[in-house]
Amino acid sequence: MNAFVRSDQAAPEDGIKAGEVMLRVENVSLAFGGVRAITDVSFDILKGEIRAIIGPNGAGKTSMLNVINGFYHPQEGEIWFRGVKRSNMKPHQIAHQGIARTFQNIALFKGMSTLDNIMTGRLTMMRRNMLWQALWTGPAEAEEIRHREFVERIIDFLEIQHIRKMPVGRLPYGLQKRVELGRALAAEPQLLLLDEPMAGMNLEEKEDMSRFILDVNSQFGTTIALIEHDMSVVMDLSDRVVVLDYGKKIGDGTPDEVCRDQTVIDAYLGVSHD
Amino acid sequence: MTDAAMAAEGGLDTFPKLILRNARIRAGLPAMREKDFGIWQTWTWAEVLGEVEAAAIGLAEIGFQRGDTCAVVGANRPRLYWTIMAVQSLGGVPVPVYADAIAEELAYVLEHADVGFAMCEDQEQVDKVLSVAENLPGLRHIIYDEERGLADYDHSRLSSFVTIQQKGRDRLAADDSAAQAFLDSIAAGKGSDISIILYTSGTTGRSKGVMLSAERCIKAATDTVEFDRLTERDEVLAYLPLAWVGDHYLNYAQGIVAGFCMACPESSATAAHDLKEIGPSFYFAPPRVFENMLTQLTIRMQDAGALKRWMFDYFIGVARRYGEKILDGHSVPASGRLLYWLGHLFVYGPLKNVLGFSNIRVAYTAGEAIGPDLFSFYRSLGLNLKQLYGQTEAFLYVTAHPDGHVRADTVGPPSPNVDVKIAENGEVLFKTPGQFIGYFKNDEATKETIDAEGWVHTGDAGFFDTDNQLKIIDRAKDVGKLRDGTLFAPKYIENKLKFFPNIKEVVAFGDDRDFVCAFINIDLNAVGNWAEKNNLAYGSYQELAAHPDVNRIIEGHVDQTNQDLAREPAMAGAQIKRFLVLHKELDADDGELTRTQKVRRRFIAERYAPLIEAFYDGSSEKFVETEVTYEDGRRGKIAATVQIRDMETYPTRAAEATREAAE
Repeated sequence: MNAFVRSDQAAPEDGIKAGEVMLRVENVSLAFGGVRAITDVSFDILKGEIRAIIGPNGAGKTSMLNVINGFYHPQEGEIWFRGVKRSNMKPHQIAHQGIARTFQNIALFKGMSTLDNIMTGRLTMMRRNMLWQALWTGPAEAEEIRHREFVERIIDFLEIQHIRKMPVGRLPYGLQKRVELGRALAAEPQLLLLDEPMAGMNLEEKEDMSRFILDVNSQFGTTIALIEHDMSVVMDLSDRVVVLDYGKKIGDGTPDEVCRDQTVIDAYLGVSHD
Repeated sequence: MTDAAMAAEGGLDTFPKLILRNARIRAGLPAMREKDFGIWQTWTWAEVLGEVEAAAIGLAEIGFQRGDTCAVVGANRPRLYWTIMAVQSLGGVPVPVYADAIAEELAYVLEHADVGFAMCEDQEQVDKVLSVAENLPGLRHIIYDEERGLADYDHSRLSSFVTIQQKGRDRLAADDSAAQAFLDSIAAGKGSDISIILYTSGTTGRSKGVMLSAERCIKAATDTVEFDRLTERDEVLAYLPLAWVGDHYLNYAQGIVAGFCMACPESSATAAHDLKEIGPSFYFAPPRVFENMLTQLTIRMQDAGALKRWMFDYFIGVARRYGEKILDGHSVPASGRLLYWLGHLFVYGPLKNVLGFSNIRVAYTAGEAIGPDLFSFYRSLGLNLKQLYGQTEAFLYVTAHPDGHVRADTVGPPSPNVDVKIAENGEVLFKTPGQFIGYFKNDEATKETIDAEGWVHTGDAGFFDTDNQLKIIDRAKDVGKLRDGTLFAPKYIENKLKFFPNIKEVVAFGDDRDFVCAFINIDLNAVGNWAEKNNLAYGSYQELAAHPDVNRIIEGHVDQTNQDLAREPAMAGAQIKRFLVLHKELDADDGELTRTQKVRRRFIAERYAPLIEAFYDGSSEKFVETEVTYEDGRRGKIAATVQIRDMETYPTRAAEATREAAE
């Protein structure tokens, strides 16, 4: 009853099996004028895994996420998503591809209810034009009911029934983060990008959020890439970790491997770069 | 419905038989609702019977037998109620457990009740049961409602409710005799069978399993359904804890007897919303809930615009003048009725709608004393709020207010067919139709509670007021006597004082003493607010508490309390002769209160022994030093000279009357 039934508008299945490469970043470099944010970074994300991107402040983590979801176009290097080399796309085209994300600073519509905010995550799947939707009859009505049902399943899944009709601006921070995750889930993503999903949360909220991330991953098989500062969370949640420092990749592997890596330890403890 | 089903109904002396009857005569009427994915889903009585039938046959398939017990752990979900019904249909005994019980408490109940099966709401509850499963040799199978997170568990002794029902449905499809076997099993149930075991919350020692028989449960529920004229058109919101007698009685038992609809909230956090959407006609809430509602309301009104605030204040004033009289059917001048009607149009109606009270015919509160102001506030809005007094051992009702005879300070006359007697030591004894059979596997406690003549001892002290209404004053063991033999009920006096907003906590002394004295804690918020408005500077709680003006205010409250006490013949002798405002707040960190904010009388008496001494040696002030523990664990000392004030006491009203006659 609670399993998400993929609706017909979902991004097409591509025949990739769990454990095969879903997204590959090859020798990507990104510069803003003279500032090199990312230098020659390569790694891959396997289908069904939770992949963490970590690194000290300014390491280029968020830039990397923006490259993955197509917001930034790297000057060099290639992105392969589901076996297809990606050309430069507009963000909404990316969304249609099946990548959704949450933001480091919450980006919700503060005056709208939880329900409406999550509903916006379904926008890319609405097929009826604005006139139909304004009339809200016939096929538009049927479509909205279908989307609403999906959104209600997300509300149930994230246990936010009690704030369904509350304006998001009035909610505490931890709940807003949950609503944002809900909106990302509403797009039925193949790949979910989470930018510091637990920043600023207290221990209990972190535990809740960790549980939801694991549940999303295990129940819907959604592949997740996340940026996080809390190392204990990263170690518990992720299958593999990629470590960035000053825009370069300095480590890649399971949490245990990364933890023991001397370069990584140096980067975190602050060895001088000269 | 077939003849076989009608035959199975028999004497209608068990709940499954009543469900069969409801499915026949109320087939299309709603029996249960649950909000799922934001939409209210409804099951009719016929559908509920179908669900219960499938569950019962499925349970039998996995080996459930007559006499087996099944724990039910979780919140108010239809499937948990259906499990209770299915277990009863099979002649088993359901044992609901509080959903928030910690693992050890759960283990105790599950072990004590010898449960063979456990129905859990979700992964959290399944985990709890699994964590204690090794101490439960009798536990054969765990069933769960919500599947989430449980897919990877070992399912050899674990099934979802849906699979159990599917087993039942498969059996029904494959085997023609299965349906008949289900009816036979219901028909085999007797009224004297144990219908349910409800575990008391265990505030005093280990919790005890209260065994209730089917026929007694039904008899009690039939009486109160008639008393409050409940019908199949009524509706309730089942939000009280499933394992508490209140839910099992008010919602489950009365619902099945009267055939009304029971709505399950989406989650405990949404109960207030769901209340508004359902608009129940019968409602129960402890005083705390009503208090919170009023606080919320007051805060929101303070944020409202000037016009709205004026309307609110004006019409609440009108309601205070006429509301209760109109509700009780007393005569009210036509102008009053007109104003009240306008008030209903502009204020009370919309207000009740927001609170979810629009359709309520009967509302009850119980559990602790309710402030008279709070009580009459809701009544003045036209809400038929009443009090009841009950116990798990009585299957709830011992006394209840009949419509039109409602008072804030009593719990009403004995309910229909209930006998109440006051023992010599003031303890309330009762015999009720729903009376329990005994404590499960605890004959000793049963003998202590039910005496040779069949009276059940409540442990509460009380007395009958002049109009046959019962007043509960305290726990019997806390009630003492003054040296002259006057009854001294500390909590009764303390509660009267605590209804004043300026007073936060009171401790009364008097057992084996010449007169009654009291420590009083002021409420820092309320008194601080008052001080601010009156330009009274203060640096600390201690300074405010010692201020002469503050003492004068408290003196006024004590005087008012003494006048109130004088009006009650049984209590008049226990008026407060001396009191003091304590120099520090009673605090759980110092061991003066329990963690649930209850006063630890004996500990306080020891800690402040010099002050109590000062009460009775006549001194008017006393210097004390008290050790305190700060929140970070440091210790310190508070020293103060505490003023003791003498109070006037009043002759009882009865005595007044005689004196007047003599003159």
